Amino acid sequence: MTGLLTGLLVALGAAVGAPLRYWLGRGLDRPGSWHVGTLAANTLGSLLLGLCTAFALEGAALGLLGTGFCGALTTYSSFAVQARERGARAGSAYAVTTVALALLAVGAGFWCGAQVA
Amino acid sequence: MSLRPVLATTAAVALGGAAGALLRWGLGEAAPDGTGFPATTFAINVVGCFALALLPALGAVRTRPTLALALGPGLLGGFTTLSAYAEQARVLLADGRTALAATYVVGTLGACLLAVAVAGSWADRSTTAQQRQDLAAEGVEE
Repeated sequence: MTGLLTGLLVALGAAVGAPLRYWLGRGLDRPGSWHVGTLAANTLGSLLLGLCTAFALEGAALGLLGTGFCGALTTYSSFAVQARERGARAGSAYAVTTVALALLAVGAGFWCGAQVA
Repeated sequence: MSLRPVLATTAAVALGGAAGALLRWGLGEAAPDGTGFPATTFAINVVGCFALALLPALGAVRTRPTLALALGPGLLGGFTTLSAYAEQARVLLADGRTALAATYVVGTLGACLLAVAVAGSWADRSTTAQQRQDLAAEGVEE
């Protein structure tokens, strides 16, 4: 029963996170330039997941916010396909920036949360 | 853009994203990542990247933009995740397992970029530049 509830909350969180990422991308990404919207969604989602971990969320709350919302707000597939489209040089820079920002954001989120929690 | 297509697009991405996240969560429950190399999340991200790059090769996707959005930014966007990947790397680093963290970070990135290179070249061969441009304009890569 808890599993079913957690699954529902994962789906609910993702139903908000995925369209938010999509519209950030549609709104901010420019053809032939950096995918600022997707980068923002990936960085923001990583920051929030770091916070969730610091607050030691588990079960239903982690399912809704962590696995669902943050998991779907961030994406590896769109980012990797975008990196390929940008070609070797710009694509590599975009890939390295995305991963570096995600790592920094998750660390910053965890650190901030740990100060408060 | 008027309200109706915005709502239809949002619903398609939301439904696909919910299904993708559920699938990712279910796989994580069935085969938890544990404390070593996060193999389940690694596999999810590589498979999701491969499938997204291959998506334009699917004829049904090229003729139905809403299906393309439900499957691309929805299902596969929600299935793959950067936040869990970053968090897992952070935990490995915090545990002092620097080499494993570096292997995971670089290994996932390399495998995902390789997966989109292979799947993308297959998709390029079965589609025209115009078809790919139309799909990109729909935001399938967002």
